[in-house]
Amino acid sequence: MAREVTLLDFWPSMFGIRVRVALAEKGIRYEHREENLRNKSPLLLQMNPVHKKIPVLIHNGKPISESLNIVQYIDEVWHDDAPLFLPSDPYQRAQARFWADFVDQKVFSTGRRVWTTKGEEQEAAKKEFLDTMRLFEAELGHKPYFGGESFGYVDVALVAFYSWFYTYETFGNFSIEAECPMLIAWAKRCMEKESVFKSLPDEKKIFEFVMQLRKRFGIE
Amino acid sequence: MGEEVKLFRGWSSPYALRIVWALKLKGVQYETIYEEVSNKSRALIEYNPIHKKVPVLVHNGKPIAESLVILEYVDEIWKQPPLLPQDPHRRAMDRFWAKFGDEKVLPSIWEAFKKQGKEQEEALSIAMENLKFLEEELKGKKLFGGEEIGLVDIALGWLANLVSVFEEIIGLQLMPEEKFPHLFAWMQVFADIPVIKESWPPRDKMVAKFQALREVHLSKEAQND
Repeated sequence: MAREVTLLDFWPSMFGIRVRVALAEKGIRYEHREENLRNKSPLLLQMNPVHKKIPVLIHNGKPISESLNIVQYIDEVWHDDAPLFLPSDPYQRAQARFWADFVDQKVFSTGRRVWTTKGEEQEAAKKEFLDTMRLFEAELGHKPYFGGESFGYVDVALVAFYSWFYTYETFGNFSIEAECPMLIAWAKRCMEKESVFKSLPDEKKIFEFVMQLRKRFGIE
Repeated sequence: MGEEVKLFRGWSSPYALRIVWALKLKGVQYETIYEEVSNKSRALIEYNPIHKKVPVLVHNGKPIAESLVILEYVDEIWKQPPLLPQDPHRRAMDRFWAKFGDEKVLPSIWEAFKKQGKEQEEALSIAMENLKFLEEELKGKKLFGGEEIGLVDIALGWLANLVSVFEEIIGLQLMPEEKFPHLFAWMQVFADIPVIKESWPPRDKMVAKFQALREVHLSKEAQND
């Protein structure tokens, strides 16, 4: 059976990064297509007509969108390929889904406010961002990964933001490591995995990209 | 085997209703604890320290929060009847539509409800664009789940009650039948399912509550002008 896997992606996107990591973890070969978000391809518009966003995974002609959906899909289809991202116990699975959903609810929007605002607004965003990171640190505890002994669903969901930490820290003038050393230790541990290391873009390139974005949005 | 199932919920919340429907459809015995937003119990805060929100399901002392997470948990523990299909692509699509409902449909309908004048017109047009996607998705199907109720029906089921409550309060049609014949038909089929029919919160209380909420929002807007 011919297996065709294509990923519509955009290199700085944390959501795209998650899927790259998941595909790499399972050793899945795929065609990577870089989208220009200011000039979206007809394929993207056809495959994700509702949101018109990346990432979109196309498997045997059928599209799957929303990054966490895609990661779960990959886990379910390639369930024989280690590791399984989601635990087998339903309660542990619910906890993993809860925490991944929490990443989605908080990290992108607060991080974004850190690099798009100034003054009081930025201070508030920094506080909220760090409070969130502390919650993750508490949840991690002494485990090597959020998934326990092995890299799992919540690890995939959160580590995708690691490339962006340098940008948040530089514009926000703070150090995440100073506030949350265990979390940074976790991120570095993840980066020792080839699937993560090869999937995350260089943090300086993300910073340059955001500099361009700020110019375009007229942010000083 | 002793099973202890508790549901912490608000009386009017669409999120809580999802869990009620899922548990009842699967014939699960459970205890309900009603929570007031302004006076949260210690137990709730212990069970959901991150969000401090309802609904929370507590199964044999272990809490699960976030309604869509709870639904998948309920479906995995009490397997019949299944809410999610077996096929991974169909499961991914169901999760997609459930999220779309929460991230786009519900907020856009809420915006249209709490505004007035030109702002309401604009909000309404956005809400209808979102509803169009659901209308398309229903073509050729009795329910979002096909012949049987599924995750997406449960996730979107609030439409079958709240829309008419909102329409009564604002005197405008949010989901006219001529524009959304499939959604309209779906609402009738869904609302007729016995478990659904018996679980709606009292309508007069709903109208009173949301009328009051709308007034609060409108007066806040007036103050900001």
